Amino acid sequence: MCLGIPMKVVKIEENLGIVETGGVKRRIFLDLIDDVKEGDYVIVHAGYAIHRIDEKEAQENLDLIRQYLSATELS
Amino acid sequence: MKRERILMGHGSGGKLMRKLIKETFLKNLDNPFLSPLSDSAVIKMGKEKIAITTDSYVVSPPFFPGGDIGKLAVAGTANDLSVVGATPLFMTLSLVLEEGFPITDLERIIQSIKITAHEAAVDVVTGDTKVVEKGKGDGIFINTSGVGTIPEKISLSMEKIGIGDRIIVNGSIGDHGAAVMMMRSGFQFESDLISDCAPLYSLIQTLLKDNSGASSGIKFMRDPTRGGVAATLNEIAENRGLGVTIYENEIPVRDSVRSLCEILGLDPLYVANEGKVLIIVNRKKSERVLEIMRGHPLGREARIIGEIQEKPEKRVVLKTRYGTSRIVDLPEEEKLPRIC
Amino acid sequence: MKHIDEYRDEKVISGMASTISRRKAAKPLKFMHVCGTHENAIARFGLRALLPEWIRIIAGPGCPVCICPTEDIDLASQIALEKKAAIVTFGDMMKVPATDGSLFDVKSSGGKIHVVYSPSDAVSMARENPYEEICFFGVGFETTAAPVAAAILSRPPDNFSMISSHRIIPPALELLLNRDDVAIDGFILPGHVTTVMGYSEYEDFPKKYGKGVAIAGFEPADVLLAILNLVEQVIEKDYKVFNCYRRSVTREGNRLAREAIQNVFEISDSRWRGIGIIKNSGLKLRTEFQKYDAVKKFQLRKEKESIDLNPGCLCHLIMIGKIEPPECPMFGKRCTPEFPYGPCMVSSEGTCRLHHGL
Repeated sequence: MCLGIPMKVVKIEENLGIVETGGVKRRIFLDLIDDVKEGDYVIVHAGYAIHRIDEKEAQENLDLIRQYLSATELS
Repeated sequence: MKRERILMGHGSGGKLMRKLIKETFLKNLDNPFLSPLSDSAVIKMGKEKIAITTDSYVVSPPFFPGGDIGKLAVAGTANDLSVVGATPLFMTLSLVLEEGFPITDLERIIQSIKITAHEAAVDVVTGDTKVVEKGKGDGIFINTSGVGTIPEKISLSMEKIGIGDRIIVNGSIGDHGAAVMMMRSGFQFESDLISDCAPLYSLIQTLLKDNSGASSGIKFMRDPTRGGVAATLNEIAENRGLGVTIYENEIPVRDSVRSLCEILGLDPLYVANEGKVLIIVNRKKSERVLEIMRGHPLGREARIIGEIQEKPEKRVVLKTRYGTSRIVDLPEEEKLPRIC
Repeated sequence: MKHIDEYRDEKVISGMASTISRRKAAKPLKFMHVCGTHENAIARFGLRALLPEWIRIIAGPGCPVCICPTEDIDLASQIALEKKAAIVTFGDMMKVPATDGSLFDVKSSGGKIHVVYSPSDAVSMARENPYEEICFFGVGFETTAAPVAAAILSRPPDNFSMISSHRIIPPALELLLNRDDVAIDGFILPGHVTTVMGYSEYEDFPKKYGKGVAIAGFEPADVLLAILNLVEQVIEKDYKVFNCYRRSVTREGNRLAREAIQNVFEISDSRWRGIGIIKNSGLKLRTEFQKYDAVKKFQLRKEKESIDLNPGCLCHLIMIGKIEPPECPMFGKRCTPEFPYGPCMVSSEGTCRLHHGL
């Protein structure tokens, strides 16, 4: 369950944020996350940001995939 | 499950609607003109082939980015004539207005009808107005019927579709449905997305009148409105007992439509179009048809998105970008946004 | 789309698929995911066809719509038809069959039913229509419970109420693991439930049950990564909880979201459609939010017994992974997407519904 899509925060006003992806914008609530700033990516579920994506963690995620791949033929 | 009442799904272009047509309408009204269930009935009157069609428009809200219910009512009916190869000539206009509907809004809608009728080269020749009490309608409903003539040499039909034929679409899919969904109360999305609502007459005529021989390869056309591309292709597969294969990488979808679909858990293949046409063409003529389409403003982004194959019988298969396949089923009813 | 397209790249996917097929396990493996969105991704991208024959992926009880008990839908129908309040819910719920039909049927009988994208939209509707009763029908696991809790904490007006049909994942998973007739070699855990809750609550699973656990996101590369990791856990016989969805999941989860759930809801024994009552598996409103409890507000009484599963329906066995949809005698015959007989045929992510379209 739980459809959640990464969207970019383009504007913040108190606990409200405007998020955007592919030109589609929506006002969402930021009540469930802290330390968010404009330009950050958040995972949006049912109109609420449920996670702020940390660039370091995103890189770690991609590296994990690359490790598995380089362990075999792509190296 | 009890299903004795009309549900919204009965008007969605999916399986429920098909069942209603078969079990209620065809059962009572069947005749050789009705039974092909084509966009327009084709009737021979003396030497002349006449196409006749009717459609009701209930879009809510009546004004949406890229159009309004008036533009839709003219373009939609003209398109139903155009896709059977007819030259649209005359149209009727029937309005059901709800008590309290602003006359300025009506004026805007009628002006839009005037402009679109001009573009589609049809004349509104007769009309009717009814008013229902407040609460008994959704502002405005429009019915239009259209009549056109089909030149003698043109004969398009689903029956002509065969193995190897190519499927062409004139541009990105899902724009209309996505634009309207964005406007619906309760969703509160914003974007620069606009409906593709447009009369296809001039694009189709450019193709049919081409004298390089391309037009002879065109076998069948349909505008994939309600139920989207998925509904139209399923109808072809089922009717012909053949397989339809489409390629994910070839199907044009705008970023904004794709994004909205990701957010709401929808599939662009099921989202409605109002200015798109699917054309089934003989393989040998397909590149030429594509070339002609791309020379027209409504066909610049035209693509070959798939082909007719022997198998799987009566099924539409999508080849994903990873080379795997999935069945694209006929929609059951209106697709709703989901959270899970 | 950033953070999506990287995980859909053709080269990455084909590389991962061939990496998986090069591994050799001693026996055929069966992994279970417990999340409809995982099933949706697997079906949508045709991922099963990329796996070698000796790996099977099955769908467990992970669709909150499929496991929503009939009695809750019957309550919503009663509120809409008898109490004349508007039911506001997610699109997923509309078609689920209940004792007297689905919410679509209720709508066709004159009940007011609105579909929204967010629980906050339901609260806005209540604020904008002060003279109308707005009842939010909340379904979903922890991921959805968090936004719903946040909406409740925004103090909706008095004309707002809700039915809480929220459920939590760990007790259902334990129930499965405690059965001896479900042969599963590893679990793919839902990435957004763990985004909210963290994964510490699953950490004793590998030791206790001897099964590997991989937390997965919802893009093709995420799902394949989790499968690859589970295969390695089996080969190395080293079972652990492995986080494959690092851009979203941490061990502790989302503190604010967890607190919101805890502040608004308390754990209760709850019914799962077809499975029965699972101890401590549901979320009900805490005493201080009782004024929003629709059952109390409308003084609802159960008038007749709700029928959870129609006679002959095997959804309960499908949901625990014991049988595959085609093994049910109703599948594709009495039970089809347009006339669902059992709950797994309803939601676009129900196991039977997805299987029907394959």
